Amino acid sequence: MHRPSPAYDEMYTVGGNVRPHYAVYSDWLLRQPDDVLRQKRAEADSLFHRVGITFAVYGEQDGNERLIPFDLVPRILSAEEWRTLAAGLRQRVRALNAFISDIYHRQEILAAGLVAPEQIFCNSQYRPEMQDIDVPGGIYAHIAGIDVVRAGQGEFYVLEDNLRVPSGVSYMLEDRKMMMRLFPELFALNRIAPVEHYPDRLLENLASVAPAGVADPVVVLLTPGASNSAYFEHAFLAQQMGVELVEGQDLFVRDGFVYMRTTQGPQRVDVIYRRIDDDYLDPLVFRQDSVLGVPGLMSAYRAGRVTLANAIGTGIADDKSIYPYVPEMIQFYLGETPLLANVPTRILRRRDDLAYTLAHLDELVVKEVHGSGGYGMLIGPTASEAEREDFRLRILAAPEKYIAQPTLALSSCPTFVEQGIAPRHIDLRPFVLSGRDITIVPGGLTRVALRAGSLVVNSSQGGGTKDTWVLED
Amino acid sequence: MLSRTADHVYWLGRYAERAENLARMLDVQYRLSLLPRETNSEGLGWQQTLATLGLAEAYAERHEGVEAHKVIDFLAFDRGNPTSIVSCLRAARENAHAVRGSISSEMWETFNSTWLETRSAAPSRFTAINLAEFIEWVKYRAHLARGVVLGSMLRDEGYHFMQIGTFLERADGVVRLLQVRLACERGSEDGAPVVHDYHPWSVLLRALSAFEIFRRISRDSVSPLSVVEFVTFRRDVPRSIYRSADLIYSNLQDVANAHSVETERRAGKLHALLRFGTLESMLSEGMERFLSDVLATIADLSDRIGRDFLGHTATG
Repeated sequence: MHRPSPAYDEMYTVGGNVRPHYAVYSDWLLRQPDDVLRQKRAEADSLFHRVGITFAVYGEQDGNERLIPFDLVPRILSAEEWRTLAAGLRQRVRALNAFISDIYHRQEILAAGLVAPEQIFCNSQYRPEMQDIDVPGGIYAHIAGIDVVRAGQGEFYVLEDNLRVPSGVSYMLEDRKMMMRLFPELFALNRIAPVEHYPDRLLENLASVAPAGVADPVVVLLTPGASNSAYFEHAFLAQQMGVELVEGQDLFVRDGFVYMRTTQGPQRVDVIYRRIDDDYLDPLVFRQDSVLGVPGLMSAYRAGRVTLANAIGTGIADDKSIYPYVPEMIQFYLGETPLLANVPTRILRRRDDLAYTLAHLDELVVKEVHGSGGYGMLIGPTASEAEREDFRLRILAAPEKYIAQPTLALSSCPTFVEQGIAPRHIDLRPFVLSGRDITIVPGGLTRVALRAGSLVVNSSQGGGTKDTWVLED
Repeated sequence: MLSRTADHVYWLGRYAERAENLARMLDVQYRLSLLPRETNSEGLGWQQTLATLGLAEAYAERHEGVEAHKVIDFLAFDRGNPTSIVSCLRAARENAHAVRGSISSEMWETFNSTWLETRSAAPSRFTAINLAEFIEWVKYRAHLARGVVLGSMLRDEGYHFMQIGTFLERADGVVRLLQVRLACERGSEDGAPVVHDYHPWSVLLRALSAFEIFRRISRDSVSPLSVVEFVTFRRDVPRSIYRSADLIYSNLQDVANAHSVETERRAGKLHALLRFGTLESMLSEGMERFLSDVLATIADLSDRIGRDFLGHTATG
């Protein structure tokens, strides 16, 4: 009998029984000796190194690139669970796109008093340059990575919306490839929804938002370059889509159009899937010291000569200070009831939320509204008294910079660690593509906190990844 | 194709070939140093190798005195020397990394794993046994890389630029190898023409994987003149200068653009020189002069290709 962890366990019920959608896998796993798993893991590591599925570590020389640890035990979602989740994700991303469009046009949500104007106009993620600019199809967040967790009895909660340059999809694809290589028999035993077509869907999606009148759009992927930590993913996606991987220096703007420098002279570019932050895109408009961007790009973009994906200014909708309003956005723009819950969030600019938070620091997670990657955050229950005191002072100095949430008991999934198979906390980042239609490849990237008890899944802080299976009916 | 991509692929070809050329050059010198008659002139061969590679000064900054083990360390294993085998393998990998989205995955994996193995397994200092092993290994990895390029790379501009880089570098390497040999003989014989000495020239042929071919298709005995002629003018010898010039010219025609007419003309001229050249025409000019002219043309083509295609000066 398996002893379940106190959090919702993906594989076992509270009574210790295997959940039905894990049954086939669990039978198989029980038959695998530990040393076979260990050997498979070593094989996976050496393959990942050779293939160069790594992330660059800033400041390290000699081509030192680290692997993101890959766990052999998949995270499995039943068809039913996925249907619920996918419907909720579509709804949420539709509302977020409607919100961004509204903010940069009529600002009805402000007029209706649902969001305070200063929360938009005093926010560094608001880009006045985008005001009244029309983008193809009214779509801003063409690629969205929505971080979802499960807590309580297994309910889904959205933890965060990533609408700028969400990354991680290459690990979703490579993890699947690795699982099929290491354990082909599992794919015969289970009906697992494929994910390999993601790059095709991405390319279709990008082509569908090309400037009006362009019949056969030229799509490129703009990367900061080979030293960027996500460079592997940029190169991988460009290759899988069959498009050029360009750097800022490869592009230039002439007569209002964007061109790339080729061996046969300049070639027009219609859609740029950019993996560079807004700030670095055009030194004439944003950061002047940027050498990653393309001078004049913004003017071509404003004139509708080129599409940027994602659009400039999407950060206004994925900011942690805006996150608490997403359920209201869904009501406001779509007239629907939200299918996916937000984590109950206290907004510390509100006086009563601030008072409650200061009185319950040892229970709550406090996050900086502009922080990301697991930095700038206090996990009350595990923090020391000194850390909590330090945070209390920081909050009092600028309460509007913080939000607070209850510490969720994130669901856990069996994971192969040094001691054998043990439960570890996980989250999920599905990727939602919006263009002419909305497409979601079943599953997403499951991240796992490899340290026992840890709730931090970020790769920069010791997180790993798992293959994510959505079973078909 | 993006100019920057073409540039990286071109340099990928050059560095990969340069690593192999260096290995072959070391192979010759090292084997010669094992021959009894060469013991006295050992230092000379290494000196000429450094001079021909244009590395005499860089070497002198790091080492005192030209001794075999120091030169081998410098040319094979020294990561601080950008023209060492290890540095070239790294540079090849860096260029592959920069365009890993544009070359085949198998190519990238091959260049990447060559570098990973170099980093973890290459000896940091020379010993007699590991040099031979290391040279074998470098050649083996080069064969593997060539195969994966042939077998997996799309025949687009990238392929042609990689070929151009490869054969410019190969021609360059072979010319320099001949120059080292001729300079050694001139030095030891005080300028008198040399018509003997089977060993150094057979070693040179072996280093170019051409000894068996020479035996099979040439009726001449191994001599300086027969080997120079063979390595310069034969179209069917894989590492001959003519063969490289032929491939440079044909690949260049495949990527021609509006600016490249003059570059094509010069590549065509080099091609014609080797296509219709003879040993007699070479000797009338002087072998050294002939070879240094070829080397200068290779450098000129390299500059011009950079400007015409690879974005080395601002255009657009």
